[in-house]
Amino acid sequence: MNYGRIKALVIRHLYLYQRSVPRLMDIFFWPVVDILTWGFLTVYLQKVSLNGLNIASILLGAITFWLIIQMFQQAAAVTFLEDVWEKNFLNIFVAPVKVSEFLTATAILALIRIILVMIVISVVSLVLYQYSIFSTGIYFIPFIIILMLFAFAIALFNMAIILRYGTSAQTLAFGLIFIFQPFSAVFYPVSALPAIVHPISYLLPSTYVFEGMRQLVNFGTISSTDIIYGLILAICYVVLMIIFFFKMFAKVRVQGRLLKMDS
Amino acid sequence: MTNVIETKNLVKKFGDFCAVDDLTLNIEEGKITALLGPNGAGKTTTIQMMLDIITPTSGEINIFGLSLHKHREEILAQMNFSSPYVQLPTNLTVMENLKTFARLYGVKNIKQRIEELADYFEIRNLLNKMTASLSTGQLTRVNLTKAFLNDPKLLLLDEATASLDPDIADKTRKVLKRIQKEKKVSILYTSHNMQEIEELCDKVIFINNGKLREEGTPEELIKKFGHKDLNDVFLQIAREDD
Repeated sequence: MNYGRIKALVIRHLYLYQRSVPRLMDIFFWPVVDILTWGFLTVYLQKVSLNGLNIASILLGAITFWLIIQMFQQAAAVTFLEDVWEKNFLNIFVAPVKVSEFLTATAILALIRIILVMIVISVVSLVLYQYSIFSTGIYFIPFIIILMLFAFAIALFNMAIILRYGTSAQTLAFGLIFIFQPFSAVFYPVSALPAIVHPISYLLPSTYVFEGMRQLVNFGTISSTDIIYGLILAICYVVLMIIFFFKMFAKVRVQGRLLKMDS
Repeated sequence: MTNVIETKNLVKKFGDFCAVDDLTLNIEEGKITALLGPNGAGKTTTIQMMLDIITPTSGEINIFGLSLHKHREEILAQMNFSSPYVQLPTNLTVMENLKTFARLYGVKNIKQRIEELADYFEIRNLLNKMTASLSTGQLTRVNLTKAFLNDPKLLLLDEATASLDPDIADKTRKVLKRIQKEKKVSILYTSHNMQEIEELCDKVIFINNGKLREEGTPEELIKKFGHKDLNDVFLQIAREDD
């Protein structure tokens, strides 16, 4: 064993930590996100009486809907990354392809993938847990639409950042969505969160879906106003992120970074 | 003679660095024009601006008489580009790649078109192979097939024969020359192989430090500088500006 060589190998990786935000996030950010999510759930479960609450349906519904938002976001971002990884970006954009066409194709691919994911989830949930992901009835449709729009908005942000900062930012494609998890009230109601973060929760369209899902499972009712508010918020985020992506794309063309992404 | 590309006072700055400096040049229709210059001369930046991949700081680019800024899709549909430094997705077969790009360019009778070009570039036996499994020479021919899919009026070839062995490079040049004559396609060609430029190109444009330095036929430039070949002309121009 040569201590010098081991040291060299260790330091070679530590160099990367000095300037790699994703690596620092692995140490400082993701553990905090996990602690927040599961910590808030624990606090919630300690406070409430489980009598009368259909906890299995609530948790399975939460996991299912969260998978949909997570998978849609990742599918869209990875579709984009595939062209970056394959150094195919220039070939696409020297063809008469509009940015809007590229984004539409990305959204369609994510949609196809999420339909397949939903089929798998619904079969597995039904067979193993006798839980139907369609148990929310007609509200399943607005729930899914809100989640997919929000996921697409996050994917657009991801893509714009990767466009600007290159593949060093690609960890975001897999991880950014989890930033929103503790505040989206996925496994517990907004009331379980500290009051100071309630405004953040209510700015996330996903919160209205998870709150609505719990209301529906426990009380059989839901506030249509909340669903409409969630939908409007999701649409606003998509529009804002489309504008952001276009602006970033234009900036990248000015800086000549599109070429560098492929080199 | 009609110009297929016209740039007027083209400027591209990256911060304080001026990559292309007030470049006005014309590329004639139906000819093979070489865009030459040492590394960092501004060739790639100029070509990327012609492909609308890089936005110019100022100046105009007109292609087929239309403003590239205003008619991007219309112009790009009639152009194509090939560079060994820009690869096709390696996780698709050659046929899948060619079909994808044929669709992007709105090619009709895709299968027939691919088979016709596959014969031309002798890649028929590669069509069902994974792109990742191809050799450099095979990849170059596949890239060129992709570049001719939309029957382009204008082709930008960035170091098309770079990293090819002399035999494959020679074959590639012959195919290019033949297809250019048959299809009357205008080609803008970059290369660091001056012998290749003499053999292939009708006109040469030298740029350095982002500025137009010389233009003419290879013979005219060799005569003007009093050298025996274009390689020496290149060396003189590049070193004069050092």
